[in-house]
Amino acid sequence: MPETDVNVSAARSDSPDAAPQSRAAVAIKAVRKVFGLPPAQVTALSSVSFDIADNEFFTLLGPSGCGKTTLLRLIAGFEQPTDGEILLFGEHLEGLPPNKRPVNTVFQQYALFPHMSIRDNIGFGLKMLGVDKSEIAQRTKRMLELIQMESFGDRRPSQLSGGQQQRVALARALAPSPKVLLLDEPLSALDLKLRQAMRVELKQLQQETGITFVFVTHDQEEALTMSDRIAVMSAGELQQVGSAKDIYEAPRNRFVADFIGETNFLDVTVEEVSGSQALCRFGPARLTCSTAGPTTAGSAGHVSIRPERLSLTRPSNDDDLVGTLERLIYLGTDTQHLVRLDDGTEITVRAQNAHDSSLDIAVGEKAALKIDTGAARLLVD
Amino acid sequence: MAAKAHDIRRYPAFLWITLLCLFVLYGPLIIVMIYSFNDSVSITRWGGFSLRWYEDVFFGPEAAKFKAAAWNSLSIAVMAATSATMIATCAAIAMIRGGSFRGKSMTFALISLPLMVPEIVTAVATLIFFSAISFTRGYFSIVMAHIVFCIPFAYLPISARLQGIEATYEQAAQDLYASRSQAFWQVLMPLMMPGIISGFLLAFIISLDDFIITNFVKGAGIETLPTAIFGSVKQGIKPNIMALSTLMLMVSIFFVTVSYFAGKSGAKTER
Ligand SMILES: Nc1ncnc2c1ncn2[C@@H]1O[C@H](COP(=O)(O)OP(=O)(O)OP(=O)(O)O)[C@@H](O)[C@H]1O
Ligand SMILES: [Mg+2]
Repeated sequence: MPETDVNVSAARSDSPDAAPQSRAAVAIKAVRKVFGLPPAQVTALSSVSFDIADNEFFTLLGPSGCGKTTLLRLIAGFEQPTDGEILLFGEHLEGLPPNKRPVNTVFQQYALFPHMSIRDNIGFGLKMLGVDKSEIAQRTKRMLELIQMESFGDRRPSQLSGGQQQRVALARALAPSPKVLLLDEPLSALDLKLRQAMRVELKQLQQETGITFVFVTHDQEEALTMSDRIAVMSAGELQQVGSAKDIYEAPRNRFVADFIGETNFLDVTVEEVSGSQALCRFGPARLTCSTAGPTTAGSAGHVSIRPERLSLTRPSNDDDLVGTLERLIYLGTDTQHLVRLDDGTEITVRAQNAHDSSLDIAVGEKAALKIDTGAARLLVD
Repeated sequence: MAAKAHDIRRYPAFLWITLLCLFVLYGPLIIVMIYSFNDSVSITRWGGFSLRWYEDVFFGPEAAKFKAAAWNSLSIAVMAATSATMIATCAAIAMIRGGSFRGKSMTFALISLPLMVPEIVTAVATLIFFSAISFTRGYFSIVMAHIVFCIPFAYLPISARLQGIEATYEQAAQDLYASRSQAFWQVLMPLMMPGIISGFLLAFIISLDDFIITNFVKGAGIETLPTAIFGSVKQGIKPNIMALSTLMLMVSIFFVTVSYFAGKSGAKTER
């Protein structure tokens, strides 16, 4: 693995020791972005704040139009925030044009320069920084090795496959060893097999180079498999920041629980709160839930329970969550059971097909729901 | 297949109508080309193959006049096309990369209006304008007039090309530490080049064979090829005019072909 951290400081105005007060690679502070003029304004971001740590693989995840690209463009310097500020390793970026920011971007459509060879594409950033020719040749060669495309240096971008172009775009952005690499849905133009292979490659590359990656995607699987931390966004607002596990197992609100994976929602009434636990009433049943935020006894709320944390048994007298098994969907590794509770709520239960204590309840029969301990999560809204 | 039903070859008399059109369009040109090799003074009777009229163009009694006119035409076309291309390139960048500004559609109308205005009107207007500012008519009045009416012709292929270049290329360049001018010269300009070459060649051809405006603004004592040919024809058509016309046609075909391939090679580099 060739190292990519040869010092190229021409474009950098930083002095890393001068600003030790902030260890965040990128600090987004109350950033708001409004496009257009008063009659036809679009708020792309409404007061977003979070920190991205150094060496982190950080993912911005959210549905189309939620402001992911806008946030990347703000960090790269192609847009200016309407309000708020962005700091890079403790330094204010305000007013710095894109070419003065030690940040590189992998564009969604790659934007490789069609009139230049692959070699010149990869060397472009170094050339603009004024690095001397022999150094550029060396670095370019190493980048070509890194993406395993040594023999492609003299080709034009139009002579490469989509996956190869993707790798070249990555090499071009990494060649000047930026402090932060921004990637805007870089895998979305690839087919499934290649996408899965590139996920692994990207993650490896990030760990080897130690560069902070800010990765944009609307694909939750991509986000869960690659990221150290994920920021879930919706409609220009930050919903939750956390590790893949946090976000999947301890979602903050309905949007996050629903957007990441599958879930069941129950409308409950909070009966008792103690610390980060709450006792909730759902029909005749009482559930012990972990809470996502402050709540008060007596208020109504929503509980999320993942389908794989539920199981079905034959009902007995002291069961209180009872419904009718309506449908079985066989999915290979597991089976999905659709149960309609007596109050009409539809619940999905997933059971692995491996342990063959397989359920002897037939469609149309009554079944009782069992909830794993710690599986119920009381959401903020 | 549905396409089959609309196959153009199935239309009745398609072939005959096509041939008729081609004949009307190109018949006269072909006849001029053929008779330029005629070894006779007559312009209608064939007297065998010869290159005598080409010789006449270069060394005959009118050779000096044609040579001066050709030189004028060429130098004017180069100057007019160069200036018009530079102005059109700036205009295209302002129009397409400049975001939205007040009076944008008005500007576009102003740029392309000369294509719609009858040439004779432009000619008269230009003449009146030059008289009004007491601009001496001669070589430079022709150059000025040509620059102006060449701009829209240069503008069209350049702006078409620029429209097809996504702004992400320049952004990628800037992201990779290029200043605005580096991004322009190293990325945008090479990508625009096919359009610029097309625009230049189109403007060049238009300037080279312009007659009406030139004739109005040229003043006495200076000729371009088209006005010289016209002057010569007024005294009766001699076969040397056919030879000269054939030469001009070849030059035009050459430039149009180059322009076409410039546009095409550009289309290939664009993904
Ligand atoms: N230049 C602009 N002018 C006006 N509105 C804009 C502009 N850029 C983005 N927007 C708006 O801002 C919102 C967020 O856009 P953005 O491109 O950031 O979404 P995204 O999360 O990247 O979506 P996608 O997943 O589809 O790429 C959208 O409503 C979009 O219409
Ligand atoms: Mg986007």
